[in-house]
Amino acid sequence: MFYREAGDFKVSYQDDSQTFPIKFDRYRYYAVLAVAFLVIPFVINDYWANAILLPFLIYSIAAIGLNILVGYCGQVSLGTGGFMAVGAYAVYKLMTAFPEVSMFIHVLLAGGITALVCVAFGLPSLRIKGFYLAVATLAAQFFLVWLFNRVPWFYNYSASGQINAPERDVFGIVITGPNAASWATYFFCLIFLTLCAIVARNLTRGTTGRTWMAIRDMDIAAEIIGVNPLKAKLTAFAVSGFFIGISGALFFAVYLGAVEVGEAFGINKSFLVLFMVIIGGLGSIFGSFAGAAFLVLLPVVLKVIGVDMMGWPTDIVAHFQLVIVGALIVFFLIVEPHGLAQLWRVAKEKLRLWPFPH
Amino acid sequence: MPEQLIFAMEVTLNGLMAGVLYALVALGFVLIYKASGIFNYAQGVMALFAAMTLVGIMNGQVPFAHLINAIFGGHITHFGWTIPSFIAILLTVAVMVLLAWLVQVLVMKHLVGQEPIILFMATIGLAYFLEGVADLMWGSEIKTLDVGIPQGINLWIDEKTYNIFGYGFFIDNLDIVATIVAALLVTGLVIFAQYTKQGRAMRAVADDHQAALSVGISLNFIWVLVWSVAGFVALVAGIMWGTKSGVQFSLSLIALKALPVLMLGGFTSIPGAIVGGLIIGVGEKLFEFAIGPMVGGATENWFAYVLALLFLVFRPQGLFGEKIIERV
Repeated sequence: MFYREAGDFKVSYQDDSQTFPIKFDRYRYYAVLAVAFLVIPFVINDYWANAILLPFLIYSIAAIGLNILVGYCGQVSLGTGGFMAVGAYAVYKLMTAFPEVSMFIHVLLAGGITALVCVAFGLPSLRIKGFYLAVATLAAQFFLVWLFNRVPWFYNYSASGQINAPERDVFGIVITGPNAASWATYFFCLIFLTLCAIVARNLTRGTTGRTWMAIRDMDIAAEIIGVNPLKAKLTAFAVSGFFIGISGALFFAVYLGAVEVGEAFGINKSFLVLFMVIIGGLGSIFGSFAGAAFLVLLPVVLKVIGVDMMGWPTDIVAHFQLVIVGALIVFFLIVEPHGLAQLWRVAKEKLRLWPFPH
Repeated sequence: MPEQLIFAMEVTLNGLMAGVLYALVALGFVLIYKASGIFNYAQGVMALFAAMTLVGIMNGQVPFAHLINAIFGGHITHFGWTIPSFIAILLTVAVMVLLAWLVQVLVMKHLVGQEPIILFMATIGLAYFLEGVADLMWGSEIKTLDVGIPQGINLWIDEKTYNIFGYGFFIDNLDIVATIVAALLVTGLVIFAQYTKQGRAMRAVADDHQAALSVGISLNFIWVLVWSVAGFVALVAGIMWGTKSGVQFSLSLIALKALPVLMLGGFTSIPGAIVGGLIIGVGEKLFEFAIGPMVGGATENWFAYVLALLFLVFRPQGLFGEKIIERV
């Protein structure tokens, strides 16, 4: 009834090639944006911001970044944690070196620096493929974490070896440090997420995205029809690194505030973001959101059910969380290898035909 | 002889011993990869699971005690008996075979014909699942494992080297035992693969699934067999590592250490796993000895990966791997 293309006439090429060609989709998109920008900042409180919304926004950026690399370009990476650490340390060095420059610029620059590092570690992908590449990216993960742990210049010679985000503001509103209001931090992350999602969505619809997908589907065939694998792979690494760097910068500066690199950006972070991408759906921007939301909410829900309602000790609930995440990943791979995004697609298809099934 | 050189020799020997332990884990990977094309990330967690089960059975722990206590109240922890290590090892092998069967029936059977990367992700999921189950079953605290393997400095080597070089080498008894066990294990596996009916069937499946099916080999059975053997290898690795550094979560991370070993040696080669393990073991110990102090130490965390990465750029299939041929 309500999810129809009928009567929605496209009268120009712009209309026809817009991101959401179906009217209902478009309105839903505007509605989500309106709620995110105009409603949530006014009703947000500290618990919601810190437990759910901020991690969701930040992991979504990371998941979009990784999805571009793994889902669109087919280059499996296990170095996400290390690249997020690059973003975090880059923004830390920039924040402390240039206190008067706007945080927007710092975060973007941190993304740019991470993109460069990511491209450097992506160079071997021209020779190495598949599993071998996945393992090779582990080199990035362990080397970068070790580097930030051992070279005092990166943490400004602080005695604890940690980095702490100093207080910085944007247009007079404090967004980092302990005094930041939850709505301000939320808004700051939301702006980055929205921009990243729009950029990613449009990149993947255009020439760049198509060359990535050609490389993913079969790199030799793509090379024969004239796709430059060097350019395609390295742009994927660069764009992915840019997004992951932004998420790492936000994760440190806005969300955590203080970071010990091995703990915050260890190998587990790499796997977590990879799981988000898999559960959400490889090769789908919406899937990145869905996967991030799912894996951010799961521990919170389990904790509410296990600890608050059933009264179990927290360690049992933490172990259960591992069991459930593991089982869910296997379950998804068996039942729906294309993740939550595919379920969403199927649901939309059904909705279009409803109430007639054929 | 200059002192530095003698130290370097000791470091090399210790590196060789450590390499044997890496190779033990890598072996399990190679077995499964050869037979089913699955890159089993869960190998390390299987080693952890096996070691925890062994400790639990030996001490007569009640499985899931913590969970049962939390749900029903009460304070059950132990059955109150201890089981000798030999019987406990046999029981653990039985558990690993059961696990292999469950993995095959519940997971891998449904994923036949999927892309390798999907299978890899499935084993990551399996690794998380197993880790959670192991913690729920036996508790997550660090346990000591003692199955009667001698530990500590080998006095004989210490004395002999002292007589020759005027400096006694520190070689751990455990490492020597591990080397012997690894050698026995590899010999056993090679004999099994070459001279038994099941072993030949296993190799046939590794060569070509469909051809093996068509001559009447049961893929299901072979895969359960392979996972069982990998479980057994995991148990051996778990015993060695568990005795060395206690049974704890970090045991599952040795799987990550085994990955560069595999890349160096090639995913499909058993000798490759051994040679790769030795190269990585010696390489990282020597690097830490020579360069480590200059750059702040703890280079062991990443050296293996970077070495493997550089190596792969020149030889993408590893030392002994089959040449990768791609067709469009």
